[in-house]
Amino acid sequence: MIVLDNVPSGALLLAVGVLFAAGVYLLLERSLTRVLLGFVLLGNGANLAILVAGGRAGAPPITGADDREPMSDPLAQVMILTSIVITLALVAFVLAMAYRSWQLHGHDEVQDDLEDTRIARLAVEDAPSYADSDAVEPGVTLDEEAVATRDEVALPDPVVRPRDGGGDGP
Amino acid sequence: MLLVLLAHGVLALAAPALVAALGRRAFWLLALGPAAATIYALSRTTAVLEGRTPTEHLQWIPALGLAIDLRLDLLSWVMLLVVGGVGTLVMLYCSAYFSREARGLGRFSGFLVAFAGTMTGLVLADDLLLLFVFWELTTVFSYLLIGHHTDRTASRRAAMQALIVTTAGGLAMLVGLVVLGVTAGTWSLSAVIADPPSGPAVTVAVVCLLAGAATKSALVPTHFWLPAAMAAPTPVSAYLHAAAMVKAGIYLIARFAPAFSDLAAWRTVVLVLGGATLLLGGYRALRQHDLKLVLAFGTVSQLGLLTLLLGYGTRATALAGLALLGAHALFKASLFLVVGVVDAAAGTRDLRKLAGVGRRLPVTALAATLATASMIGLPPFAGYVAKEAALAAWAHDGDPLGMIMIVVVAVGSALTVAYGLRFLWGAFKPRLPATASAVPGEGPGQGPGEAPEVAHPQPFSMVAPPLVLAVLGLAVALVPQVGEELLGPYASTYPVGDPGHLTLWDGLTPVLAVTAAVLLLGVLMFWQHDRVERLQAALWTPDGADLAYRRLMRSLDRFASDVTAGTQRGSLPFYLGVILVTLAVGPGVALAVGLVGDTGADALPVAADAAGRGDVLHLGPFAMVPWDRPAQLVVVLVVVVAAVLTARARRRLKAVFLMGVAGYGNAVLFLLHGAPDLALTQVLCETLTLVVMVLVLRRLPPYFSDRPLAASRWVRLAIGVLTGLVVMMFVAAAPLVRVHLPVSVDFPEEAETFGGGHNIVNVTLVDIRAWDTVGEISVLLVAATGVASLVFLRQRSGNLLRLDPTGDDESGERPARAGGRQVRPGTWLLAGPTLDPQKRSVLFEVLTRALFHPMLLFALFLLFSGHNSPGGGFAAGLVAGLALTVRYLAGGRYELGEAAPVHPGLVLGTGLFLSAGVGLVALLAGQAALESTIIDLHLPVLGHVHLVTSLFFDVGVFLVVIGLVIDILRTFGAELDRQAEPHSRTVGSHGRTAHRAGGDRA
Repeated sequence: MIVLDNVPSGALLLAVGVLFAAGVYLLLERSLTRVLLGFVLLGNGANLAILVAGGRAGAPPITGADDREPMSDPLAQVMILTSIVITLALVAFVLAMAYRSWQLHGHDEVQDDLEDTRIARLAVEDAPSYADSDAVEPGVTLDEEAVATRDEVALPDPVVRPRDGGGDGP
Repeated sequence: MLLVLLAHGVLALAAPALVAALGRRAFWLLALGPAAATIYALSRTTAVLEGRTPTEHLQWIPALGLAIDLRLDLLSWVMLLVVGGVGTLVMLYCSAYFSREARGLGRFSGFLVAFAGTMTGLVLADDLLLLFVFWELTTVFSYLLIGHHTDRTASRRAAMQALIVTTAGGLAMLVGLVVLGVTAGTWSLSAVIADPPSGPAVTVAVVCLLAGAATKSALVPTHFWLPAAMAAPTPVSAYLHAAAMVKAGIYLIARFAPAFSDLAAWRTVVLVLGGATLLLGGYRALRQHDLKLVLAFGTVSQLGLLTLLLGYGTRATALAGLALLGAHALFKASLFLVVGVVDAAAGTRDLRKLAGVGRRLPVTALAATLATASMIGLPPFAGYVAKEAALAAWAHDGDPLGMIMIVVVAVGSALTVAYGLRFLWGAFKPRLPATASAVPGEGPGQGPGEAPEVAHPQPFSMVAPPLVLAVLGLAVALVPQVGEELLGPYASTYPVGDPGHLTLWDGLTPVLAVTAAVLLLGVLMFWQHDRVERLQAALWTPDGADLAYRRLMRSLDRFASDVTAGTQRGSLPFYLGVILVTLAVGPGVALAVGLVGDTGADALPVAADAAGRGDVLHLGPFAMVPWDRPAQLVVVLVVVVAAVLTARARRRLKAVFLMGVAGYGNAVLFLLHGAPDLALTQVLCETLTLVVMVLVLRRLPPYFSDRPLAASRWVRLAIGVLTGLVVMMFVAAAPLVRVHLPVSVDFPEEAETFGGGHNIVNVTLVDIRAWDTVGEISVLLVAATGVASLVFLRQRSGNLLRLDPTGDDESGERPARAGGRQVRPGTWLLAGPTLDPQKRSVLFEVLTRALFHPMLLFALFLLFSGHNSPGGGFAAGLVAGLALTVRYLAGGRYELGEAAPVHPGLVLGTGLFLSAGVGLVALLAGQAALESTIIDLHLPVLGHVHLVTSLFFDVGVFLVVIGLVIDILRTFGAELDRQAEPHSRTVGSHGRTAHRAGGDRA
């Protein structure tokens, strides 16, 4: 029998709220290490939120162990367990990025995207970002273009046939 | 019919191989595809004429109501003959036209056959959506064929232009088809035509259909793509852009006209577009100097005429239109093929340079003459019969619109006569006129006005196809009554008008006078072509539709880059801020309204769970208990303080440790909630996270860099608090609106019965929701690989660091065998001596020696007992990983190499293979993938053994987690150590930082 009482615990709500607030505050930083710390805090908050959504506290979800109290929702726990381990992998990955960034630039800060800056500059200058042949006026007429457009055709043998009477048959 | 389509598909796929093997002779084989279509059409002639319409049906996607419905009625029959017949001849022509060394012929041939197949499908389709599928496929193949010469700018531009224009129309058409299908309640084309729906939606749908037809058939104002498409090889121009694809739009008009031609919108669109196209095409054709361009504008003009005839909506014009459709396919394909012959022989298509070709190519000249005669409407050719029927139809009806039509068509026909003669004379005139010295642009090795030297004779398979087509144009006209008998049934599907007639001689009627006047006027215009050209040059020429198109594309590009520049700022905090503010403004406001507005429809209902209970605090519609257990509140306070301090910390290590406190607090909360598995995993993960962070942070500066962001700090704080509040409200509201029993109520029983275990969380991970776990450990694998490749840079991971490189690589408990080696007294760890004596700690080494094996044993215990009590693969893997971490911390990177002498990639791969592979074994055994089998054995010594196959899955998870940890340690530990050493390749001031960080660690 699992817990069916869904009324949330105020204490856990508070923890969720503070973890999210602190997490977001750090997440909006530019230093990758702080972003990562923010992400971990936010992840912890999210885990608690899932826990709350699973219902109130209960006995451990192990059958046959303790029948006096209904057990807490195992499904929410499975999701959280998965999330904890993935967070570990993500921490390692972001740390590797922070280290790499420090190795390359001497700091671990998230820079503005250079390509986006370039697009913005081009937009201000009203210059095309790439050569779109569809948007460029060719400057030559179809007739002039057609002169240059020829197929790789079969040119007949250079030997002129002795008799022309066969028309243009083979 | 399906077999014919299949044959095209097979041939198209085989075409590159065939061309590679047989060279251009492969076209003889490929011609079998369209030839099969032609033969099929001919073999069904009787059935079609007698009204026994052949149909075929094949289910495709039943859920969408999509089926391959094919139907061969009279209109389809005519189109199929055109597509198949011209296709066959064009293929044969190709076998001689291209040089043996032509590039990309394999690709080209495949596309051409595939196009023939899709065109066949298009004219046979009896399902609205299937029709659209084939329609778009023809667009795609047309794109690929126009762009055949990928190295030419003009070619690429023409291809792209054709694609964009026709696809835009195609999308409009899709809208129309869907509206029609939904309104009519059926996707069957014939059913929609037989019982057309009506209403304003249908009118819009029909206009959309006409938009599709207009772009495909190059009607004004989208006509410009067709002349540009002449960049395609000439056989493509003959087939796609004269006979087949551009007729698809006409086919669509002809198909829907019996049902919708009485709509005012239909009439307006068809008559305006058709008339304008007819006149504009003819006018522009008179100004071209390239033979293909003359024909291309001529095609535009004729397509306008066909639109007028088939879309007008009376039986007589429909009959004339269908006759002209056939005639046009014959003469225009023939003329294009003639141009190919002339071009190949003379080396130019410029009619100002060509002369004397006719003498060298008499057969080709004959074909051109016959085809031109048909085009300009000379008796007794097919073009004449069709145009006579058209004029007669409008003259007969006597309505004022008919008179206007006659005038428009007469002017258009006069232009046709003029450009037709211009084409014929330009290509085959005996010598150049004296005034031609003003030719701009010079051919290779030719002076201005000088004719090409030799016109070579051409092989039979190039000469025959145009002649066959041209002669057919004469032959069918000689028996007009047969044509009337064949095409009449289609015309009679139109609801109004008297039946028309196809005839060569109808007596001295006003129509004959009009025809004579048209011919005279056309000849006059040709005779005075110099004056006409001068007049055209003097007249004001508006900017072409192609220029308008390019400007439109340019402003589209401009708009796109403005939007991109405005929204895509490239700043991560900005993006996150926007997302979070949206969260606060959208769902946040909705929740707040629910909280405050306790009446009305917007108010959230008070949950049934909480109603009327003494222990529940109520706050508007929200309800909550203060805590689940009193200890919860204490732990929460610790977590809260730790989180706030983390956010405030400026020192990296301090922040990391505070974060750790919050994490351990979370673990206690899990334990209090009744989740021992979570608590265990969280503690282990948190520990590992701390170690990893410290390992990396020892390389980074101790303080976060100070940035002048103080002003934005309050903004970030505000967003943070706002987000926290919104999430709190959300979490408070979410559990209370649950109306169904959770799925997990059945889990306890399922876990015991099917999973054979008591620990529901673990059984869920390895059995009930095992696929999720497979996905998760795949993520772990990817992350581990990413970590290693970000730091190792050049390879998946570094070499194995071993003390004794010559030692065998057998895996196993290396330290256990270390006793046999020469180990100095006082050495507790194998690799201890590799460390700088100042960094060694004897106490730590002794502890490590004592702890490592118990920790591994504990890990194995967790792994095997996890099915019934807290533990399992994740926790076990983490414990084993921590054991390795301890070894590394105590003994350095060589110690790690000795403790785990395997490549992490191998461990990760084995783990994933075990987890997913075991699932597949179940599949082989006839069970669902990843289904568990419970095996109870009674072994002599061990007694009762309860084995669940999902244990292997858990072992896989265990290995993946260990692999991840090894990867992390090797990367952040060993490799960073190596990079920090002074003699190794380093960047920046690693050594100094490492030293200071080392101090932090102590």
